[in-house]
Amino acid sequence: MSYLYNTPDDQAAMLTSIGVDSIEELFGTIPEDLRLKRDLNLPPQMGELELTQHLSALAAKNASPATHACFLGGGSYDHFVPAAVDALASRGEFYTSYTPYQPEVSQGNLQAMFEYQTLICDLTGMDLSNASLYDGGSALAEAVIMALNTGKRGEKVVVLGSVHPEYRQILQTYFIDLGIEIIEVACPDGIADLAQVEASIDASTNCVVVQSPNFFGGVEDVAAIAEIAHKSDAVVIQSFDPISLGLLKRPGDLGADIAVAEGHSLGSPMQYGGPYLGIMACNDQFVRRLPGRIVGQTEDRRGKRCWVLTLQTREQHIRREKATSNICTNQGLFALRASIYLSLLGPGGLKQAATLCTQKAHYAQQKLTEVDRLETVFGGSPFFKEFVLRDTQGNVDGLLAEAREAGFLGGVPLGQFFPEMEDCFLVCVTEKRTKTEIDALTRTFSLCHTGGSTIHA
Amino acid sequence: MSTDNLLFAKTHEWVKVEESDGAKIATVGISSHAIEALNDLVYLELPEVGKEVTAGESFGEIESVKAVSDIYAPVTGEVLEANTALPDNLDSLHEDAYDNGWIAKIKISDDSALSDLMDKAAYDKMCEEEG
Repeated sequence: MSYLYNTPDDQAAMLTSIGVDSIEELFGTIPEDLRLKRDLNLPPQMGELELTQHLSALAAKNASPATHACFLGGGSYDHFVPAAVDALASRGEFYTSYTPYQPEVSQGNLQAMFEYQTLICDLTGMDLSNASLYDGGSALAEAVIMALNTGKRGEKVVVLGSVHPEYRQILQTYFIDLGIEIIEVACPDGIADLAQVEASIDASTNCVVVQSPNFFGGVEDVAAIAEIAHKSDAVVIQSFDPISLGLLKRPGDLGADIAVAEGHSLGSPMQYGGPYLGIMACNDQFVRRLPGRIVGQTEDRRGKRCWVLTLQTREQHIRREKATSNICTNQGLFALRASIYLSLLGPGGLKQAATLCTQKAHYAQQKLTEVDRLETVFGGSPFFKEFVLRDTQGNVDGLLAEAREAGFLGGVPLGQFFPEMEDCFLVCVTEKRTKTEIDALTRTFSLCHTGGSTIHA
Repeated sequence: MSTDNLLFAKTHEWVKVEESDGAKIATVGISSHAIEALNDLVYLELPEVGKEVTAGESFGEIESVKAVSDIYAPVTGEVLEANTALPDNLDSLHEDAYDNGWIAKIKISDDSALSDLMDKAAYDKMCEEEG
């Protein structure tokens, strides 16, 4: 945005124009106790050179995948982004287009969105996809709203405890005042217990929310969970990892009715947690309840293929009171990047990326558990690219701080999400990690408690 | 079906009331005038069988290419039957809004709303005034 001056002269001119004498008088309608009554707590202004140096110094303090070997996961992943993604997505036609939805002027953008939807349908094995939502967590909440709004089912939402804790918090936030009962199924073994899932579902269950691969990296038996849920007529919502579908069965093949995901892994960097890409695909039964935009392919009056926004009567600008969602847009640029990424990799490339993640993650788990103070927490169940380690010395923060000093972002401490897991952390290994890095992290962890010097990456 | 013995709501639903086993059953549809105004129909949401509906409240919706319109219950009662063949044959409404174009059958529990309905002549006059 442009920088707008706001000098005392400007303020005086504006006040005169409005017909009030002072800022105080302008804010007269705002109750006294709600007013700040002091200047904002900001440092004084700087010249351009000084400001550039100041911001560079601040930026240099950041640890990122550019400065450290990144083993962080838990919803945001350091996957490889081919250079062609940036080159194509940064073309002005895409990059600076404003509300690129009008068919008269936006055929290229609409086609790109249509291709995205097609790719997502192929990827997930679902009937239809919207043109994307904002991120994986809110997409999950929107999926639950869609299930609640479709057909006549109960109002209980069953959520597995292995779903990302922040996603579960988002669900609580969305439904806190709506009288929707959220039932969480504990997963103490890091994977759903089918008997417990079955016991938590009854005739008033509207939908069952499962994440696979789940927050701990474990691959859930979605097909079995779906079968149990469908016996009670409940909708099955799966939150998935798009990269994992290079190896794992698709949500549509496992019996999911709605599939949602955080899609930034497809061609967009971690970028400090956002903006991200919410993927949502579903079966035909939801076509009139699907939130967001849908692009459809049709023919113009000359019989030529063209693209338009379709089924818009779902949307809140047509009928606010009956719309599933008040989301009337999408993450166009990130959806485009996902399309480019998937097109560049193709099914073979995606399989390769997923295979590398799995192989390297399993190698890393094997190596890291050879470290004396580290042990695996959820042994035995299959995992994709993430796994949980326990620090038997109970000093996760110290361990990770030392690793950070040595050039590694070693994992996500789990105590912040699960009080009983204060001594655990989540390690993620993407295709970008090398054997050298994994071995060096192993040596670093093993030297941490001996006080020896660490090996730099 | 002759439309002479039908009643009409201001919101363009038609009603045919018949006696059956001592109960009043209302067959409900949308007038051909409304169907033509809606033009290109794409979707019909039927009321659920067993649902209690109240006169004047929405109990279904019909969607055209450009808009969604509520279908309002012209009577109060319980939905006995819904015309499940209709949503897949919406184009047939343009030719036949009154015979096979019925939407639902409602067992009337309170017939006070019937007095608010118009006969064909009054309804035609209302449509003419609306333009």
